[in-house]
Amino acid sequence: MKTVFVTGASRGIGKSIALELGKDYQVIVGFGNSKDKAEEVVEEIKKLGGESLAVQLNIADRNSVDEAFNLIEKTYKNVDILVNNAGITKDNILPRMKDDEWNDVIQTNLTGNFYTSQRAIKKMIKNKWGRLIFISSVVGISGNQGQANYAASKAGLIGLSKSISKEVGSRNITSNVVAPGYIETDMTSFINDENKENIIEQLSIKRMGMPEDIANMVSFLCKDESEYITGQVIPIDGGLTT
Amino acid sequence: MEVNEVFEKVKTLFEEELGIDSEKINMDAKLEEDLEIDSLGIVEVVMAFEDEFEIEIDDEELTDVGTVGQAVNLLHSKL
Repeated sequence: MKTVFVTGASRGIGKSIALELGKDYQVIVGFGNSKDKAEEVVEEIKKLGGESLAVQLNIADRNSVDEAFNLIEKTYKNVDILVNNAGITKDNILPRMKDDEWNDVIQTNLTGNFYTSQRAIKKMIKNKWGRLIFISSVVGISGNQGQANYAASKAGLIGLSKSISKEVGSRNITSNVVAPGYIETDMTSFINDENKENIIEQLSIKRMGMPEDIANMVSFLCKDESEYITGQVIPIDGGLTT
Repeated sequence: MEVNEVFEKVKTLFEEELGIDSEKINMDAKLEEDLEIDSLGIVEVVMAFEDEFEIEIDDEELTDVGTVGQAVNLLHSKL
């Protein structure tokens, strides 16, 4: 059975991905601070007959990433599929954005994914099979007011993934970006009802996205059937960016 | 371990990991031109060396390695 590592899998989109992939794979539930929530995800996967393990890591810290991978490789052989989902926001308009707000978001959302991907890719090259899936955002394609740092980090993932896809395509490794639109999670819970209605008006599909909408695409990208799809950015946004 | 023992192990790894025809593998063979190993292939053989010989190889040590013989000598010096 293949092993999947989902970062930021204790809640929101990451949790949904972990639960969906738990049906077919051994799932490592990566978490930063929410140990209890991560353990709940593990238990839920096990309840459905799957195999799972929660691993703490701070993706912004290379040593922490290395330790997490060492731990995973002790239990399982290697990571066959890496779902780079963990991310943070520190919103501010540009004139007021602090260096810390910029740097923290870039370090976690972009550089952190460089650390995890670099660590995972070596074993994938050796196995001549692998899947890298980056959870970006439509904000990385369209931009968003108050999110220059977040949008830049999510756009950066597109360049990272496309480059990886060209480097390792010859080894049956694909790398793709999934770009969620407005998905109902903790991260979008601050949007009030009036704004929500305005958002939904812009969409072709007249509802907010659900984490499962993302998980379904990620599940497909993990499969052998998706082997001819690589270096792509797949928006899942109800038609927002059309 | 003698140099020729290292060479035999290297030869086996090249055959098994990269599917290279063993007849092409000799001490003078150039990794890129003669054996057609690309940059990812080098990464693969280095990982295989590290596992097989239980050593660690830094990228800097590889800068002067262009032939099978140079790879064998590097490995031999680290054992």
